[in-house]
Amino acid sequence: MEHTALLQGIHVKNGKIKTRTLTKATITVRAVIIFLTIFTLIGPFLLKYSTIDWPTAIFYTFDNLKMMFLQPAFNQITFGTAITQIVITLALAFLATILGAFVSFFLAISTAKNLAPASLSNAIIAFNSVIRAVPTVLWVLIFAIVAGLGAVAAVLGMMLHTMAYLTKAYAESFEEIEEGAIEALRASGASWWHIIFHCVLPQSASYLVSWTFLRFETNYGVAIAMGAAAAAGGIGFELFMSSSFYYDLHEVGMITYCALIVAIVLEVIALQIKKRLMTQ
Amino acid sequence: MTTTNFLRMKKWKMTGIIILLLAITYGSSMITDFDVMKGIKSIPGTIAWIATNLIPDAAAMENLPKVLSRLWETIILSVIASTTAAVCAFFFAIFGSKTTQINRILAFSTRLIASVFRNIPVVAWALVLVISFGHNVVTGYFALFISTFGTLVRMFMETIDEASADGVEALNATGATYFQMVFKGVLPDTMPQMLSWLFYMIETNIRSATLIGLLTGTGIGYLFDLHYKRLDYGTLGLITLSIIVVVIAIEFTSNKVRRMIL
Repeated sequence: MEHTALLQGIHVKNGKIKTRTLTKATITVRAVIIFLTIFTLIGPFLLKYSTIDWPTAIFYTFDNLKMMFLQPAFNQITFGTAITQIVITLALAFLATILGAFVSFFLAISTAKNLAPASLSNAIIAFNSVIRAVPTVLWVLIFAIVAGLGAVAAVLGMMLHTMAYLTKAYAESFEEIEEGAIEALRASGASWWHIIFHCVLPQSASYLVSWTFLRFETNYGVAIAMGAAAAAGGIGFELFMSSSFYYDLHEVGMITYCALIVAIVLEVIALQIKKRLMTQ
Repeated sequence: MTTTNFLRMKKWKMTGIIILLLAITYGSSMITDFDVMKGIKSIPGTIAWIATNLIPDAAAMENLPKVLSRLWETIILSVIASTTAAVCAFFFAIFGSKTTQINRILAFSTRLIASVFRNIPVVAWALVLVISFGHNVVTGYFALFISTFGTLVRMFMETIDEASADGVEALNATGATYFQMVFKGVLPDTMPQMLSWLFYMIETNIRSATLIGLLTGTGIGYLFDLHYKRLDYGTLGLITLSIIVVVIAIEFTSNKVRRMIL
């Protein structure tokens, strides 16, 4: 018993040292987990299901997946077309990323807490969270009313989300720059643009490149979805045609494989870029 | 002399990169028929259009109960797809992470499976599932589950790698079993960060659910598509606004919780 007096701050219960202490954080974590568990258990009963014949549905799903992944084949389109469409999808993603990155850079220097006034920064953050809240596909469809369905609407819609995402990422990279470096330049009489181009940009360049490529990878996936949902062209549209119009799952499988290989290559490149830039 | 050369080299390199990017941009706009001028011109037009047409009017408000019930369905779907995917993703992440892997072959195969699930476009899953499950919430659930699972495995794996290498080493040194190490060491250490990712996925899934709904004819996405094709822009505005409110509310709550647990 006299040991307990020595070990201050250590709680003993039934002769065992209590390893868990209740802080505000642990209580919150527990409450969140309990809430999510209950919601997950009750949730399925709150949904309305139209009648599903489960055994048949599951059987057909596996049958469809078998057709898709084990017997892929091109029927309506050729391999050449698929490659061309993938290049178009990549081009859409690239345009949205590069235009979004360009705008984001200027928004981010007006958002970073160490470079811009707080009121402007908060206004841009609020604006961006509204932009981000609307799904990309809705933006694309809204732009399509004025610009017509196609590449213009798709690129603009994807660009908006890219902009909201990259502004946040860029601003955070800018905020990590040492305050001393900026102060030193300011003290030597450098103009604001001098500070941006000779201190902020070179110091955060590797982060910016890494974030931008990561977003390009995401945009490739988004571009596929936009092709299917908003007729933006590219491999997504072919995917939509072969599944919803021709019901040709062999071709869906083949297209999926093509899109998958490109996506994995992009992911590996993104990882390599991140690794190389972060170790510098 | 050497410094000027170095700076000049850097300048040339930068110029080269900029020219290359411009060339790719030009090439991309050629093959996709993207007209930059038309794009810039349609931005003010769209803003004006949003300001005049996308305002919910009295007729649109009659659709409010319908919108709310679809929205509620979408929220439930996003939450349960995210939580169930998170539980599965946790085990995959444990087997795939470098610090807690059992052996290399298992780690490699879990990472490969997760990568395949993550990189197959969610559109493909949705379009295939709708054939067998029909226009039903189940289609949406499975499509969301698969894509969330793939993403969360990657996020959880990074979290485990970053957070718990020292803790795992310490527990292994005391002779803890594998399960003790995972549930007493890794899990408490990484829980707040993983919950934070889970919230992020719930928010993302509300947006993805709209897309999947549009493709498969379910939920709020279907409602949007329906009124879009009817040119009923008042209701369209109502749907868009309600999605904005829900996503921002979830973002706000998750930011609050995140600040309390991290």
